[in-house]
Amino acid sequence: MSNVFILADFLDGKPTKTNAELATAGARIGSVTAVVLAPVGKGEAQASSLATGPISQILIVESDYFSQNGVAAVADALAQLVTTKSPAALLVASHAFGKEVAARVAVRTDSGIITDAVDVSSDLTATQLVFGGSTTVHSKVSHGTPIITVRPNSINAELTPATPVVEKIELALDENSKKATITSSKPPVQGDRPQLTEANIVVSGGRGTNGDFSPVEAFADSMGAAVGASRAATDAGWYPHTHQVGQTGKSVSPQLYVACGISGAIQHRAGMQTSKTIVVINKDPEAPLFEIADFGVIGDLFAVLPKATEGVKAHKS
Amino acid sequence: MKIAVCVKQVPDSWAEKKMVNGTLDRENVDAVLNDLDEYAVEEALRIAEEHGGNDEGGPNTVTVISMGPERATEAVRKALSMGANDAILVTDSKLAGADALTTSAVLAGVISKENFDLVLCGTESTDARMSVVPAMLAERLSSAQLTFASSVTVDPASGKVTISRVTEAGVDEMYANFPCVISVVEKINEPRYPSFKGIMAAKKKSIDVRDLAAVGVSVTSAWSLVADSAPRPPRAAGIKVTDDGSGGEKLASYLAEKKLI
Ligand SMILES: Cc1cc2nc3c(=O)[nH]c(=O)nc-3n(C[C@H](O)[C@H](O)[C@H](O)COP(=O)(O)OP(=O)(O)OC[C@H]3O[C@@H](n4cnc5c(N)ncnc54)[C@H](O)[C@@H]3O)c2cc1C
Ligand SMILES: Nc1ncnc2c1ncn2[C@@H]1O[C@H](COP(=O)(O)O)[C@@H](O)[C@H]1O
Repeated sequence: MSNVFILADFLDGKPTKTNAELATAGARIGSVTAVVLAPVGKGEAQASSLATGPISQILIVESDYFSQNGVAAVADALAQLVTTKSPAALLVASHAFGKEVAARVAVRTDSGIITDAVDVSSDLTATQLVFGGSTTVHSKVSHGTPIITVRPNSINAELTPATPVVEKIELALDENSKKATITSSKPPVQGDRPQLTEANIVVSGGRGTNGDFSPVEAFADSMGAAVGASRAATDAGWYPHTHQVGQTGKSVSPQLYVACGISGAIQHRAGMQTSKTIVVINKDPEAPLFEIADFGVIGDLFAVLPKATEGVKAHKS
Repeated sequence: MKIAVCVKQVPDSWAEKKMVNGTLDRENVDAVLNDLDEYAVEEALRIAEEHGGNDEGGPNTVTVISMGPERATEAVRKALSMGANDAILVTDSKLAGADALTTSAVLAGVISKENFDLVLCGTESTDARMSVVPAMLAERLSSAQLTFASSVTVDPASGKVTISRVTEAGVDEMYANFPCVISVVEKINEPRYPSFKGIMAAKKKSIDVRDLAAVGVSVTSAWSLVADSAPRPPRAAGIKVTDDGSGGEKLASYLAEKKLI
């Protein structure tokens, strides 16, 4: 049976929900090997944290260059493993880091790459949504090892307990992969809310909040949602940049996206248009985001959100 | 310093886009300079200006590099009118529908012959939206990769470049030595508008148009193939209510009804 590699995805040392999604897609094609690239001494612990999803094997490579040199070092190790083990495909989480790693591995292994897939089928056909989600494209890598980056939150993960066979591998990294040095890393401030790209529900605020995100956060918390923001809100310093949704922020694809006081510029839409259900609260009935809303409330968010929060709480109790 | 900026001409992001024969229909939409590349041009000019400028005979040059159809000269001209010195455009019928692997091979083919200290890029082309070309360039050129920079500091004497990298994984401080491939995020600066003087000067600046043979890169067949593409059914018209004091409750009931809460 063929073997598929997934690059195990960690944020701030913790495994993300995306691992089970990548494994689920990989298992359609063959047995799944998760590659764990960890700091020295941390490999086994990181491997054992990959406890869910159809993962049958874990390969661990330990090196402090991964955190010191970032993308280039990770790509070097992964390219070496792909070259020696010839998997049927390599699946990587589609975020900035994952896409850059995949890009370098594609060059190194002379392989085709497809980014931002929302689905992968058993014959390695990748599904992408392009042009702001208005068009579906199916494509296949025709050269080398198919390298596909998969958008978090797009595939329904099979949450079976994983009992993989673990193997440790020694690799020497190329000098070329050590040319950029990371001197400090600050992980995003997470708080108690779910990760934006992993959340089932995202509630975002824009310029219409006028700097007061408390009704947005209260509504989000009533549903266990993540909080996002438009660029107008992050640029004004009302919310951290890491929460920006859109073309130059994060792409999110939750079950439910609630936009509060956001007009719907094309750059904002680019990051949320594939959400399954879209709710818009805006006092301007002409706001363009209403065009793609499943449910729209024309009104003041400061009046609507507190009542909606009460309504959700009442429903839950 | 010899600085290169990679810019792409893209269909206007406001225009409606369609697929024709498995690739984007570029013929029937307005084409513009990828707006995220304007930040790279601006940053290249600022780096040059901070260290003696890029006037003729000065210590720095900023060269625009682009791959695209002949009419991409318009986008290249815009970068020149912002203040870049000269440009190289690779255009060849064999490049129609080229993907990131081919694009990066062609750009690397041009760059490797010129000994640039810095190669600047945008973080993403607004049509392909892959965000992979800068990383591929760094790999192909064996240069240091400093991507997603929200600030760039250059010391020409030592050849040291320091950046802050901002991604969803947080903020990293990084450094490397020349030569580096840098991509910049849109928060880094405010691109200048070309001045009248700049536009006039740009008309006289040279654009070196090359075909693949001149670059010395051959294009192999496609790396991936589109099987099919189809417009998705448009979203069904939604429900819209005007808040009369009950909008919040109605919203909560809608969410309950749809089993979203
Ligand atoms: C290169 C580039 C990249 C960009 N990337 C992004 C990106 O990644 N993400 C992004 O979001 N934007 C991005 N933008 C910016 C984008 O073009 C818009 O400027 C931005 O999205 C606008 O944010 P907004 O909708 O919050 O503000 P506005 O457009 O000002 O809209 C505010 C809305 O709030 C409504 N409102 C006001 N008060 C209330 C109230 N009390 N109750 C209810 N509604 C109210 C108003 O009617 C209005 O519709 C980018 C722009 C550029 C040039
Ligand atoms: N055809 C091209 N010509 C010149 N530069 C390009 C081209 N395609 C991509 N780039 C550069 O690579 C960056 C990222 O593009 P992409 O990987 O296509 O999203 C862009 O912002 C440009 O700086």
